[in-house]
Amino acid sequence: MNAPLTQEPTETLARYNFAYLDEQTKRMIRRAILKGIAIPGYQVPFASREMPMPYGWGTGGVQVTASIIGPDDVLKVIDQGADDTTNAVSIRAFFAKTASVETTTVTTDASIIQTRHRIPETPLQEGQILVYQVPIPEPLRFLEPRETETRKMHALEEYGLMHVKLYEDIARNGHIATTYAYPVKVEGRYVMDPSPTPKFDNPKMHRSAALQLFGAGREKRIYAIPPHTDVVSLDFEDHPFEIQHFEQPCALCGAEQVYLDEVVLDDRGGRMFVCSDTDHCETRRAGGHRGTMLGDPFLAEEKEVS
Amino acid sequence: MQSAQEQDSARMQTSGVAEHPLLAVEGITRVYGERIGCADVSFELFAGEVLAIVGESGSGKTTLLNCISSRLSPTCGRVSYRMRDGQTADIYKMAEAERRHLMRTDWGFVHQNPIDGLRMTVSAGANVGERLMAIGDRHYGNIRNSAIEWLERVEIAADRVDDQPRAFSGGMRQRLQIARNLVTEPRLVFMDEPTGGLDVSVQARLLDLLRGLVSDLGLAVVVVTHDLAVARLLSDRMIVMKDGRVIEAGLTDRVLDDPRAPYTQLLVSSILQV
Repeated sequence: MNAPLTQEPTETLARYNFAYLDEQTKRMIRRAILKGIAIPGYQVPFASREMPMPYGWGTGGVQVTASIIGPDDVLKVIDQGADDTTNAVSIRAFFAKTASVETTTVTTDASIIQTRHRIPETPLQEGQILVYQVPIPEPLRFLEPRETETRKMHALEEYGLMHVKLYEDIARNGHIATTYAYPVKVEGRYVMDPSPTPKFDNPKMHRSAALQLFGAGREKRIYAIPPHTDVVSLDFEDHPFEIQHFEQPCALCGAEQVYLDEVVLDDRGGRMFVCSDTDHCETRRAGGHRGTMLGDPFLAEEKEVS
Repeated sequence: MQSAQEQDSARMQTSGVAEHPLLAVEGITRVYGERIGCADVSFELFAGEVLAIVGESGSGKTTLLNCISSRLSPTCGRVSYRMRDGQTADIYKMAEAERRHLMRTDWGFVHQNPIDGLRMTVSAGANVGERLMAIGDRHYGNIRNSAIEWLERVEIAADRVDDQPRAFSGGMRQRLQIARNLVTEPRLVFMDEPTGGLDVSVQARLLDLLRGLVSDLGLAVVVVTHDLAVARLLSDRMIVMKDGRVIEAGLTDRVLDDPRAPYTQLLVSSILQV
């Protein structure tokens, strides 16, 4: 954070400014971020730049990160919770190269965490910043196709339509079947799309100590949730909001109450459930926790019995 | 024409429906560049009264309806409405939020083509419940029960509540649209050719239903139609428009049985006899 306005050309990449973007662009984006923080949940338009990656790969998140990162920051990048997928590795390498910042996979060590579609399991601390990559920032997009109309609906706080969608879910499926990009109301005012995070992560946004920034590059919108802000998932009185529940713990670290990925092991129906947050899983395993597939004797025995 | 208006006001006073009109339209004019949409239209509408606006295509009926229902701002003129608290407010001087709130609580708008007034991709229940959710109802069971109740009132079977309107016939869609508008118990409903495009037996049932609802709920209605039979059946009063101007106004029976303006005479004599 607080990158110096002028940066000495580095030996490795002299033709790029610090963190790739030029200082004017960063200032423009910081203004949008500040406005977003001042009006929690409000989508601030900004002049999104071309980035050296295709739209849909996190151009919005990368621009936000580039604008707030400083030489002292420690960056972590996750993609669906994992530190080791293509997108996460590439973006981490990008900032290591253009900003020479330290990178990490450990959630607690990071000052900036750029994320695609997950919030780390380890609760975030004051001073940390979570940067989301957002594909479609407008929660009303598929309900009302006209942007002029959706802006008016936000301005006048007309959010009945959002509940029409939830009503429709219950009418068709008997329960609210929206499992990701689950709409939330921020600080009692703006309805916001939390980006396609599983609804499992929605409660983590509520009164989080960390600053949460959202960047949508193709759609040219930035929005923010300041620390300790109310973030409430929309629901009905007789169909309250619920997060996903998993019937078994992580197969590697035995963690419960975390979001699990289903991994197909063979073509005979074999499958395992593992933590989606790789750092959380590794930290637990380093601490001696073992799941069924890493030889937890007690759990393995239980499995045989059942 | 003058005497007809006097007769009307006399009727209002003797019947004592209300002292103040629900809706007062004064000098509404809308121009499209050099062309006139409607010019200098004034009328008053009292609670529980049905007013028909008739005229041929292009006579400015729909422009007028859109102007008074705040869907299209007029070039000049005033539309005042007596709110539920008894205060009269100029709808074009209200804040937009207030006006839109009024439109989806105390007013209804029935489009000629149900596709314009319905959400075709959500179920009938959600269509009827949308207004309830928009004004803050957050109980699924209650919303669904009111939706079913209203579907039954407009003669749609309760087991169709989860079907999408695209699975409905034209007549059912129109009835669904009416239910969707009436669920918040509005006092004033605008209708643009509500029976347009329906075959005659379906029209007859819809008109029957509308007449029932209007008298049960004491609705005030402004209905635009080119079909004089619809005007005859539904309305208490009518105004006849030609080239954007009102050429005749009065009680429906009077206008249809004893038309005075030459154009109205032509219109009445053009009704096909079966």
